Amino acid sequence: MGMTMTEKILATHAGCAKVEPGQLIRAKVDFLLANDITGPQAIPEFDKIGRPVFDPDKIALIPDHFIPNKDIKSAEQAKVMREFARKHKITHYVEVGRMGIEHVLLPEMGWVLPGEIIIGADSHTCTYGAVGAFATGVGGTDLGASMATGDTWFKVPSTIKVELTGALPEWVSGKDVILTLIGHIGVDGARYQALEFTGPGVANLSMADRFTISNMAIEAGAKNGIFPVDEKTIEYLRARTTKPYNVYTSDSDAIYAREIKIDLSTLQPVVAMPHLPENVKKVSDLPEIRIDQAVIGSCTNGRIDDLEQAAKIIAGRKIHPDVRAIIIPGTQEIYMEAMKRGYIAQFIEAGAVVSTPTCGPCLGGYMGILAAGERCVSTTNRNFRGRMGHVDSEVYLASPAVAAASAIMGRIAEPKEVLA
Amino acid sequence: MKFTGKVWRYGDNIDTDVIIPARYLNTSNPQELALHCMEDIDKSFVSGVKTGDIMVADNNFGCGSSREHAPVAIKASGITCVIAANFARIFYRNAINIGLPLLEVGKDVAKIKAGDTLSIDLETGEIVNTTTSERIQAQPLPGFIQDIARAGGLINYVKGSAQ
Repeated sequence: MGMTMTEKILATHAGCAKVEPGQLIRAKVDFLLANDITGPQAIPEFDKIGRPVFDPDKIALIPDHFIPNKDIKSAEQAKVMREFARKHKITHYVEVGRMGIEHVLLPEMGWVLPGEIIIGADSHTCTYGAVGAFATGVGGTDLGASMATGDTWFKVPSTIKVELTGALPEWVSGKDVILTLIGHIGVDGARYQALEFTGPGVANLSMADRFTISNMAIEAGAKNGIFPVDEKTIEYLRARTTKPYNVYTSDSDAIYAREIKIDLSTLQPVVAMPHLPENVKKVSDLPEIRIDQAVIGSCTNGRIDDLEQAAKIIAGRKIHPDVRAIIIPGTQEIYMEAMKRGYIAQFIEAGAVVSTPTCGPCLGGYMGILAAGERCVSTTNRNFRGRMGHVDSEVYLASPAVAAASAIMGRIAEPKEVLA
Repeated sequence: MKFTGKVWRYGDNIDTDVIIPARYLNTSNPQELALHCMEDIDKSFVSGVKTGDIMVADNNFGCGSSREHAPVAIKASGITCVIAANFARIFYRNAINIGLPLLEVGKDVAKIKAGDTLSIDLETGEIVNTTTSERIQAQPLPGFIQDIARAGGLINYVKGSAQ
């Protein structure tokens, strides 16, 4: 009996010929990540163990959540991580001005590679499944322990196969794919399982689409969300790394817990209504929903392709007078590229604000907090009660195209309504 | 370890943003975090919770963010054990790692109501609802996860295994 690519990566790192779902293993990790929220929690736990870091080249510490420092306490947390990075000579500490949103930055820098095991003290670490890695989120204590030991324990997940066929229609993107899937299986539909995206439709998805899809695997409860490595992956990595990597493929007789088929050509723009990512509705089926704010950015949708979609809709138009539009490039490289392409000027001329990379508004940190009763269309990943501010505010999750169209119309809208 | 406590009862998909909202994540101090635990869905929790109380919820408890601040806030509030039909995976790991006991009981969670008093034996996983006299058997922790729990958390376990 064969193995899935997730099982193969776990087996290799555990030194086993074969692993099966449910098996508990200790596995070596190839790369670790913490941020300014979780790092300061991991560091004291690491210190209690009393050993050096297992490898200063294999740890990324990225200040991105409440950065640039939003208040004194956040500044203190950032300082804890900065000083730790200096003390332990952490290679991949990235300071304000060079940093980006962690899950956009790490793949861009070529630090996360196919076949690797990556753990991060951030739930959206699953993003790196898009390049064929096994990547999953952990807490601060797990991360602190692994910084000392270079390994961790896993329960081998069973895998749900998501067979993709066809190609996405215009103005439909990876966000609509993952929201549609979560709407179908629910926020616990893949709890403790792997999501494997496969089938001929994968070739029609851009890397940006794949990052968005893998990023939100956690919103279905999944442990990881993994894509096969194909020509697009190799092309993406060629510009970013010269390091060798291992490509794993699922066996034809691998065992799947469940199979789901999605014909990409049938998908339409969707939003997840408050207060769960599974409350997914087609934009075309919605009544008029007025909005106060639109956020375009985050680890889910802060890539250049996302800004391109938004720019195509916003350029030459005006943000609705009742709407605050906040646009956040995921990294400095993306910010510069958007500037070169003219997007930044188009956004500002339209009446949007453009921010330095930060996770700020997504988790209700800063840079776009909602008041009671306010509504936001957001390209971020969670719409839990109180996520972006007041407990009585509302977040509607959507693609960059829908968020941009909504910012222009002042209500949740499809791109074709703006472009008509 | 055996203990008895009063139940705080919640529903499905209790996410880490309501357990401890991100606006309070500019600190890792357990006591500061505990002051805001559950406040977005239950304003009575912080003022009413007593040391030794038990939190009980339905499916997918602790979904969302990987923030360890969530189990830390619950533990620091005085809760001694969380019982749920099932847990989201990162929360599950984090709770075990910081020494907050968890018990998974599946559909039997319906036998526990707000305000009930439970008597729990963590070693055997036996729960007695002393309000209704019903008995519930929780699933035991698997393999070496029991060792982590017995060590009082992951750091003690790792330190112990190095010796």
